[in-house]
Amino acid sequence: MQLPPAVHARLAAGPGAAEPLPVERDPAAGAAPFRFAARLVRFPREHEFFEEGDVQRHLYLQDVLTGVAGVPERPRVPEFTCQMAGCCQVFDTLEDYEHHYHTLHRNVCSFCKRAFPSGHLLDIHILEWHDSLFQVLSERQDMYQCLVEGCTEKFKTSKDRKDHLVRHHLYPGDFRFDKPKKSKGPATSMAAMEVSTEALGDDGDTMEVCSEHVTPPPEPVGEKRSYRHRSV
Amino acid sequence: MLSPRQGLLRPVGCGVEELRRRRREREAALRRARREQQLVSKRLLRDDTPEEAEGGCVASVLGEAEIQQFLRLAQRGTEEKEREGALVSLRRGLQHPETQQTFIRLEGSMRTLVGLLTSNQALLQLEAARCLHELSHSEQSEVAEACLPATSYLLTYLAGHSADLISPHLAVLEALGYALSQLLQAKEAPKKIIPSVLASPIPERMLRLLQPGPKLNSGAAVEFAWCLHYIICSQVNNALLITHGAVSTLGLLLLYLAGTVQSSEDAGLELLVCPVLRCLSNLLSEEAVEAGGGQVQLRDERVVVSVFILLQFLLQKHPSLLPEGLWLLNNLTANSPSICTSLLSLDLIKPLLQLLPVSNVVSVLVLTVLCNVAEKGPAYCQHLWPGPLLPSLLDTLTFSDTEVVGQSLELLQLLFLYRPEAAQAFLQQSGLQALKRHEEEAQLQDRVHALQQTALHR
Repeated sequence: MQLPPAVHARLAAGPGAAEPLPVERDPAAGAAPFRFAARLVRFPREHEFFEEGDVQRHLYLQDVLTGVAGVPERPRVPEFTCQMAGCCQVFDTLEDYEHHYHTLHRNVCSFCKRAFPSGHLLDIHILEWHDSLFQVLSERQDMYQCLVEGCTEKFKTSKDRKDHLVRHHLYPGDFRFDKPKKSKGPATSMAAMEVSTEALGDDGDTMEVCSEHVTPPPEPVGEKRSYRHRSV
Repeated sequence: MLSPRQGLLRPVGCGVEELRRRRREREAALRRARREQQLVSKRLLRDDTPEEAEGGCVASVLGEAEIQQFLRLAQRGTEEKEREGALVSLRRGLQHPETQQTFIRLEGSMRTLVGLLTSNQALLQLEAARCLHELSHSEQSEVAEACLPATSYLLTYLAGHSADLISPHLAVLEALGYALSQLLQAKEAPKKIIPSVLASPIPERMLRLLQPGPKLNSGAAVEFAWCLHYIICSQVNNALLITHGAVSTLGLLLLYLAGTVQSSEDAGLELLVCPVLRCLSNLLSEEAVEAGGGQVQLRDERVVVSVFILLQFLLQKHPSLLPEGLWLLNNLTANSPSICTSLLSLDLIKPLLQLLPVSNVVSVLVLTVLCNVAEKGPAYCQHLWPGPLLPSLLDTLTFSDTEVVGQSLELLQLLFLYRPEAAQAFLQQSGLQALKRHEEEAQLQDRVHALQQTALHR
């Protein structure tokens, strides 16, 4: 099937619709014994039209699922340590290291070193924990925003917000604010999800990610987030 | 990705001939199953793949106490290997329906699993995702439904991660999509599951994950695109999806696929083509599309261009999927003078005709699209003749398939009506002889005679 060369260029160019040619129908068109009429077609779930694509999809899934029985091979490398200051985690696969880095070092608050699953949550954390203006404003208005992107609700306290998340967005209730005490083990997701607690200065025993205490580096490392001034 | 290269699942190697033979058998079995409306049965996905249990022990049904113990160990064990091992044992047990039932009835079990799915320990995440896979294979709707509430939370948590990292997070997101797609295929889905999915934030999340760009996680996108297809073709409340911007997102994704599918190394993008074509085609048939401005967006010439690029791609790689692309083309052209004009001005009639010989189903669809153009009147037919259309029609009249010939006759009627000169040319090119072949065919007779009259009396 040969497409005219202009076609690819057209895709790359901007949006635009054709000015339609004038439509002029004759009543004889599609009249008996003929029967054509332009019509939209829809197919429901079980329609045989979908057979081909469904079969191909399932063949593909079968191919993939035969791999579930075995453990995937993961190339191993000589043991190495995470290079982030104060982090003591050791790895023998690059996959684990990248996962670790991403989870614990990427979206990190440069003030308190807490790690977050996403930039969005980090932003909210910085706002709520390290912005003095936020504290002032939150006395007068609802400032604790819902964590779910797209939900515009705001709340007076972080507890109210938590309740909203649990009730309305079906977040696990006991997950988010359950802080491990003097944790020597790895931080679990619940600590990582935390953006605010009732007591602000509450960072003594939370979110330690390895047994040695995390000390701040002498200068910020390239990819760490630095405090951004929110101008809203 | 749920694919040969990275992430959660990988296929086992096998000899080529053996693979082909097995594939043909599996394909036949799947077709049979679909015709009997059994394709959704999760058993079929695992029937030929008995689990080779590691260490030679057979998975047994787990009781409440055992499940609790494994969960506790997985969550709070001190040794990583111990925690992983606990999840492996749980996963094996979850192959049994009884274990699945016990698991979902146990308080806090789903929550714990969700927590492990978002753990920062990669191996735990992977094993937890496998447990979720097992649960999603259940034939029992309560099990599947028990997975639902976790989905929204997981989507928020997992969607924060960018696609270029090799991380079990991506595999988990994909596993979630796959689990959801299993849920949505259940017989009770339209009544029980889809309404609650539509009422939740899940559709918006899914659409966000389908937004094209360098951050597109194709593994997850494929799974969620299929989810969207199952929701849409169940026709529960497509208007709601349209208000969430489904047409816009899918349209942009279509453009993106057309732009990248030829050159891309990412096999995942190819897998997106089929569900995206289906979703768009079905959505286009909804009235709500007009109200939502969807028609306007889809009039963009780049959309029809993308369809053709994808048709070309399908012809090369997956010819059996051509009807899906042509279905979209029908729905785009049926009520749109603008898009029909684009077909003409961009010189796309000739490539369309090149698809005629592929199969009868494809021929009928191609001819239908051409009828969509021709029925809009003389201004359109002026661009259809002179040109390659008439010779192609003379060819299709030599086909034996009644439906193909019937559609050719419809097109000829329109052409003769709006472009009488074409009737002249038809006569000169032995058109009457071509028609004569079908004079005795019951379904075609009347139309054949009518055309003979028209051609002779011009």
